[in-house]
Amino acid sequence: MAVVAGRGRGTVAESLRMTRTLVQREIRDTLRDWRIVVPIVILTLFFPALMSFVADMALSWVAKYGEPIIGERLLPFLLMVVGFFPISFSLVIALETFVGEKERRSLEPLLATPLTDAQLYLGKTLAAMIPPLLASYLGIAVYLVGLYFFKGWTPPLILLLLVILLTTAEALVMVSGAVVVSSQTTSVRAANLLASFIIIPMALLLQGEAIIMFWANYDVLWWIVAFLLVVDVVLVRMGVRIFNREELLGREIDELNVASLWRTFCGHLRWKQWFFGLDEQRMPAWLRWLGTLGGLYRYDIPAILHRSRLALVAVAVGLLASVYVGYAFAYRYQLPPDMLELDLVSAETFAELPAVDWLPAFTIWGVFSNNVRALALAALLAVFSFGTLAVALLMAPLAIVFFFVAQAARLGYSPVLFFSAFVLPHGLLELPAASIATALAVRLGATFMSPKLGTTVSGRWLWALADLMKVFVALVLPLLALAAFIEVHITPCVVIWAFGG
Amino acid sequence: MIQLTGLTKQFDGFTAVDRVTLSVASGEILALLGPNGAGKTTTVRMLAAILRPTTGQAYVAGYSVTEHPREVRRRVGLLTEHPGLYLRMRGQEYLDFFGRLIGLDAEERTRRARDLLARFGMPDAWRQRMGTYSKGMRQKMALVRAMLHDPPVLLLDEPTSAMDPHSAKLVRDAVLGLRHHRRAIVICTHNLAEAEALADRIAIIRRGRIIALGTPAELKSRLLDPPVMELRLAQPTDGVAKLVSGLATVEDQGEDWLRYSTSDPQKINPLLLQTLASHGLGVVTLSEVPRSLEDVYLRVVEE
Repeated sequence: MAVVAGRGRGTVAESLRMTRTLVQREIRDTLRDWRIVVPIVILTLFFPALMSFVADMALSWVAKYGEPIIGERLLPFLLMVVGFFPISFSLVIALETFVGEKERRSLEPLLATPLTDAQLYLGKTLAAMIPPLLASYLGIAVYLVGLYFFKGWTPPLILLLLVILLTTAEALVMVSGAVVVSSQTTSVRAANLLASFIIIPMALLLQGEAIIMFWANYDVLWWIVAFLLVVDVVLVRMGVRIFNREELLGREIDELNVASLWRTFCGHLRWKQWFFGLDEQRMPAWLRWLGTLGGLYRYDIPAILHRSRLALVAVAVGLLASVYVGYAFAYRYQLPPDMLELDLVSAETFAELPAVDWLPAFTIWGVFSNNVRALALAALLAVFSFGTLAVALLMAPLAIVFFFVAQAARLGYSPVLFFSAFVLPHGLLELPAASIATALAVRLGATFMSPKLGTTVSGRWLWALADLMKVFVALVLPLLALAAFIEVHITPCVVIWAFGG
Repeated sequence: MIQLTGLTKQFDGFTAVDRVTLSVASGEILALLGPNGAGKTTTVRMLAAILRPTTGQAYVAGYSVTEHPREVRRRVGLLTEHPGLYLRMRGQEYLDFFGRLIGLDAEERTRRARDLLARFGMPDAWRQRMGTYSKGMRQKMALVRAMLHDPPVLLLDEPTSAMDPHSAKLVRDAVLGLRHHRRAIVICTHNLAEAEALADRIAIIRRGRIIALGTPAELKSRLLDPPVMELRLAQPTDGVAKLVSGLATVEDQGEDWLRYSTSDPQKINPLLLQTLASHGLGVVTLSEVPRSLEDVYLRVVEE
């Protein structure tokens, strides 16, 4: 028997060899498909050359009207465009990777090889990315050579590096997202439909980048590169974690089994009961009713908080960062002294708050419902942002609070007294409630990124959702209600007592 | 070589394979028979370490499919239900690709690939793009891919489907040759004649459970009615039925032949021959009426 015992198996070199073998095959296959090659060649050679010519014409034209700045801004913008167009093909290739093979029935022999899930995922990702990315670099080169000959223009090296990094990061975002889509769908048609979730944000991003290019604020583009690289890491990690050869073959149709999902969700909503250690049968009905809830507080909520500890840490880090951001902005954007005259704070000040349009009604219900709305929005945003926007939404008000704390300190007030009077009375309840709700929202969003092995994404997500709902109803809402009462009736008294005249 | 214990696979609450326990030794061919959707392909996919069992355990070539799936995949040659070739590639490129993934060196990849292509009567396929292959050639190419690394375990899903009779014979001969070389082979097939011709043992699977397992002869004797014997006489059968009915049940009779059934042919047949001889009746032949695996299969599956 000639079975190979595995040349250096398990080593990095072996892993790279396997991945390279897959990448080579995939690229060779891609380059044999004229439907991909012809447009790439057009976008790589013809289009950039045309752009050089257009740029030259545009420069000459705007110069006639004494607006050379438009032409100057046009050149970097077109540089970005000629870089982006070829990489748009990476999306098409990546969407087709797994689900296309599944439809052509060529996937199963591949899955039966010793390739690991990670090698398969990375091999397919790289193979989808390399040809369009090389075409993109070549397109940039053609454009620059053309411009050099037409106008003698060469871009600043830092701008060239920025565009190359931006193009590469965008390609990786599209490919890693598309490979995840491709590995989770059962038909190319479904994958193409789901690609909207990649195309729409990328289109918006590109429009934003175009505006920034014309604005010539390249610092912002560097921040976008950094953001895209973070998204790349998140998507690749998510892809590696949720990619699973079993799922690829186990699922034949994209059927949404609502009844099964509902049963699973309801199952997660249940909790172990606890009747205060007393005999349930001999308890009065009202006490038994309370006891039914007892287990939720005794067993379930502590367990939920325990399994959400990483998310809680992430939120805590976010809160600390918001303190820093608040302070940093306070020293950059200093308020005039007359904007923060705390000595003038009185009962009338709080009575006039409802007149401020952008603030919620200063009533218990107004404050409470505003907080609930904000946390519900955070949970919704968390789903679409792997949890990051939920943290951002919590950080924003806290950064504003610390912005004012710092301003107060700068104007000679005690920052501790300011914080203790304005925030602490209700914040003692509101802040933990908001932090816990945000942490559970983060867990909900992050489920897509790191599902545990042996569990499905939907199963984990429903579990996180049930946890969020239980904690929200049983813990967060009561705390927020109490905090709203304190904020409306007690905090103003403390503020007036501490500062008022 | 292959050992399954309580192997179960569930998909979203649906049990595709239900507590399957069986073994296949080196040099043995096991045929998995069953209607569409019975769980044959899922069982094979678990043995190839592509699907993970929900419960139970499977050892292939000494490795657990759950704990050492890569080692299992190195030692298994899988012929999938559909050939699943990359049609833009040439035969050489395709086999080279899979040979590399399995870890064969360049010289061995080429030698094994060329030998196998020649054995299956398609040496020219080496240079041709697979998109130009006929259905049978594609199937044979997939078989070459499965056998490329000469694995100790072969899992063959419908190995001769889409093949002409000559190609099918080449494949059957190759499979028998592999048995001779002590490979453990599992064949999933709907071709009952082929299963009977190739398999040492047969497992009939229905709704994920093995409902019959044994050699073809065992299954027939266990699952079919008592064997029917056919007696051909040198003269007309007048009065013979009366003689036979004292020993066995007469099923049918013609001018010079008669069929009877008996649950104990080893005892009854000699006795019957003696009786006929003592009455001066000449017997031309006495043979068992052939019963096919199809009879067994249909009876078991319909039950």
